[in-house]
Amino acid sequence: MTSAVELRGLEKRFGKTGIIRGVNLDVRPSERHAVIGPNGAGKSTLFNLISGRLVPSAGSIHLRGENITGLRPYEINRRGLSRSFQVTNIFPRLSVWENVRCAVLWSMGYKYSFWRNVDKLDDVRERTQQILEQINLIDRRQLPAGVLTYAEQRALEIGVTIAGGADIILLDEPTAGMSRSEAEHAVSLIRRISEGRTLIIIEHDMGVVFDLADRISVLVYGQIIATDQPAKIKANPMVQQAYLGATAA
Amino acid sequence: MSGPTTTMLPSANRTSIGARIRSYSLWIGAGIVLLILPVVFPSGTAHTTMCLMAIMIVFALSYNLLLGQTGMLSFGHAVYYGMAAFVTAHAMNWVVRNGAPIPLPLIPLVGGLAGLFFGIVFGSVSTKRGGTAFAMISLGLAELVASSSLVLRSFFGGDEGISTNRTKLLTMFGWDFGPQIQVYYLIAAWCLLCMILMYAITRTPLGRMCNAVRENPERVEFVGYNPQTVRFIAFSFAGLFAGIAGSLAAINFELATSGDVGIGRSGVVLLAAYIGGVGFFVGPILGAILVTLLSLRLSDVSEIWQLYFGLLFIGMIIFSPGGLSGLLMRHAPLWRGPLGIRLAGFGKLLLSYLIALIPALVMIAGAVLLVEMVHHVAQKTAEGPTMHFLRQNAWTIDTRSYTPWIAGIVMTIGGFYLFRMTWPIIERAWNDAAAQTRRGAV
Amino acid sequence: MAELIIISTLNGVLYGMLLFLMASGLTLIFSMMGVLNFAHASFYMLGAFLGYQISKWAGFVPALFLAPLIAGGCGALVERFGLRTAHKHGHVAELLFTFGLAFVLEEVIQIIWGKLAVDYRVPPLLDFSAFTVYATNYPAYKTFMLLFSIAIFVGLILMLTKTRTGLIIQASLTHPHMVAMLGHNVPRVFMLVFGLGTALAAIAGVIAGPALVTQSNMAALLGPILFVVVVVGGLGSLSGAFVASLLIGLLQTFAIAADWSLARIFGQYFQPASGTILNDIWTVTVAQVGPLLPYLLLVLVLIFRPTGLMGTRDT
Repeated sequence: MTSAVELRGLEKRFGKTGIIRGVNLDVRPSERHAVIGPNGAGKSTLFNLISGRLVPSAGSIHLRGENITGLRPYEINRRGLSRSFQVTNIFPRLSVWENVRCAVLWSMGYKYSFWRNVDKLDDVRERTQQILEQINLIDRRQLPAGVLTYAEQRALEIGVTIAGGADIILLDEPTAGMSRSEAEHAVSLIRRISEGRTLIIIEHDMGVVFDLADRISVLVYGQIIATDQPAKIKANPMVQQAYLGATAA
Repeated sequence: MSGPTTTMLPSANRTSIGARIRSYSLWIGAGIVLLILPVVFPSGTAHTTMCLMAIMIVFALSYNLLLGQTGMLSFGHAVYYGMAAFVTAHAMNWVVRNGAPIPLPLIPLVGGLAGLFFGIVFGSVSTKRGGTAFAMISLGLAELVASSSLVLRSFFGGDEGISTNRTKLLTMFGWDFGPQIQVYYLIAAWCLLCMILMYAITRTPLGRMCNAVRENPERVEFVGYNPQTVRFIAFSFAGLFAGIAGSLAAINFELATSGDVGIGRSGVVLLAAYIGGVGFFVGPILGAILVTLLSLRLSDVSEIWQLYFGLLFIGMIIFSPGGLSGLLMRHAPLWRGPLGIRLAGFGKLLLSYLIALIPALVMIAGAVLLVEMVHHVAQKTAEGPTMHFLRQNAWTIDTRSYTPWIAGIVMTIGGFYLFRMTWPIIERAWNDAAAQTRRGAV
Repeated sequence: MAELIIISTLNGVLYGMLLFLMASGLTLIFSMMGVLNFAHASFYMLGAFLGYQISKWAGFVPALFLAPLIAGGCGALVERFGLRTAHKHGHVAELLFTFGLAFVLEEVIQIIWGKLAVDYRVPPLLDFSAFTVYATNYPAYKTFMLLFSIAIFVGLILMLTKTRTGLIIQASLTHPHMVAMLGHNVPRVFMLVFGLGTALAAIAGVIAGPALVTQSNMAALLGPILFVVVVVGGLGSLSGAFVASLLIGLLQTFAIAADWSLARIFGQYFQPASGTILNDIWTVTVAQVGPLLPYLLLVLVLIFRPTGLMGTRDT
């Protein structure tokens, strides 16, 4: 069975500083895989490498068996991988509707078309509507994205990520900064949208992680020290020492 | 959370005949306006002015495809305008020389193709980068082309440029396009066509992604688009329409000169687009009209009109970076609710503007007086110390006496303070209007 | 021939020094505030005209000190009341503000001094020949220009590295927020740097005025070359600006001195028909193409090596 995402000996150095120092990871198709670890471990860097934002210093990245090392982000996205950002990265002055629609267009095959009226494209409109309803922002669709509340923007961030129909989704701390109830909503949303898809999620909220994940990888100082099911990770002494603490819930 | 709802949203595809007519009515209206304009303003100068405005509208709209739509600041857009003007002049001469059966109304196509060609060639290298680098490349390319105009004399015609004769082409319906009115209709028709086409482009997937690239080029990559390709295509279109504008100019003036590719011309279109407002489609149209009017009329009023022009530009950047259209659209949220409330709120607001206008005008008059006097004293010593205003009036100002200087200073400073005092009045009128709309809109 | 090379080298280095006087100010402003000051050459022009006017009233030496002070003061005011507001409206607004400023400054200078060249002469004190190279006399004034520029640089380097203000400026170049949190008035530092940068440009104007033509199109002629210098050298790199200034100064000076064309060299083998573009390219001399070369360099650098020769920041 080919893994959805496979990292082999992945390394990333900035100057002499090694951030990712030899990572091997195997994410299975349709699994929900969490990546946890202390601050500065390199989790976002890992996402940047997988999604093409950064080029690895060494090692390789494989998407469903295809070597995608060094490809540009849009080339990787067109192969069915989509990611969200820890710091909300949307189109602030475009409306909420427009934000999602922009993420829909390529996957529907319209590419750089300059001869079709985008308002008359039924399939685009239906999909945009569907996504907005999923993320519960349908009533705010006319507002410029920049005026939404923080939690709404995080929801939009997820919406833009999934709108293209990618089947491998990377979410970077999607519930960061949210209150308990907002986080609960976000988690149920994430659970719904990752149905039948491969999900890799970076999270600090252990409740979310243990609730959602099929498997967890622990990243410490640029290396993965353990990959296993949640219960076994909780019990792992190395993980407890490095991250969870001896009295983990 | 329930599944997708089944109700259709207002933005659905149900375009009834009524809705269709409403969206086309704007363009039909524009067409009618363009048709009857020369009848409303029948003088020769008016016709010339309108021709210049229409050309500038196409040029400024093409520039806004870059700046307002895709966020690309170019300092060398006149390259495509000017090169197309030269190609058009050469093409027209070729047609006349060889008696080819091509009527004048088809000639702007040549300009468009030339603009597209150079847009593609130069765009392929310029659009690799964005932001400041792009602006610098555009400046460098513009200077390159402008400098080569001195070297490649056969194409650019040296100092005299390339002249042509628009009346010698195949006539259409008895029109040889000699009279200005006939040229006006040709230019106006192309202007309307270009406006419609450029607006249509903003409603396509490409147009939407241009906006996305403007907002966040990085995120665009993560939704599957290559921002460089988007920029390149936008750039090529901008070149195409700038080419049509240049072509119309060559037809209008029957001349193409090296000034058409110069930094000066690039600066004017930038000013026009920005003053009009780059955030709205109609912005560059407003800016083009205003800038053409100012550059034609102001020069009659004052020799140093370009200074006022530049100060207007800087003022716009500091006080209203959204330009004229941005300023107008800020009032849009107030235009809601029942008609009575709308008019009442607006009425009070306009009144407050009028009240503020008086000291503002006094302040501006005082400043202009001082600047003109300084200019007179510094530069026009041959004319003697007295200034004359307006040819008919016998208004004279003796720059040697203290009175006009003191008057100028008092008017400027006093006017400014009085103007400051009216700002709370405007604020109050605005708040009242906003509160009323909120109440009325419930 | 040797005479031509030596004179051209001297002139080229001199031109390069002038360019660097301006480019250094521009680089400082860009490094600190992130805005490419389009109006930088306009302050150079302002310096030249102020130098001319003050020389007429009080002599060259007072002009040398007063003109940069006035111009720098204007620069500081521009930063405080104009640029700072434009900065709030975004990057494009800032760039356009400086663009508009250049336009307005040119107009103001035309209002006061007109469109023709003014008679800004070399001060009689320095109007002699310093030395001779083969048969040509090299003017003392140009030697003075060279020495004065070098003195300014030494002063600048000392100021930046040895004084407290200089150290704060250096820190603000890379970590403005940190400097602000340490209690320094960063906006005031910005104002100071802008004033300093424009004063440097003005000094270049004061001393270049008598040697070059002092006319209201000075800024338009030199402005674009200035951008070529900072981009080729690498935006944000003072040493890169230095190398690029010398490079372009020498390049342009030598190009103007060279009089050969393709026709000159290969004319006996091939002659394109007159009145065609090919003929234009064939017969054009290197001297005529001289003004073009910096822009060609700019476009090539921006395409192939956007960080410039020694820059660390991407444009």
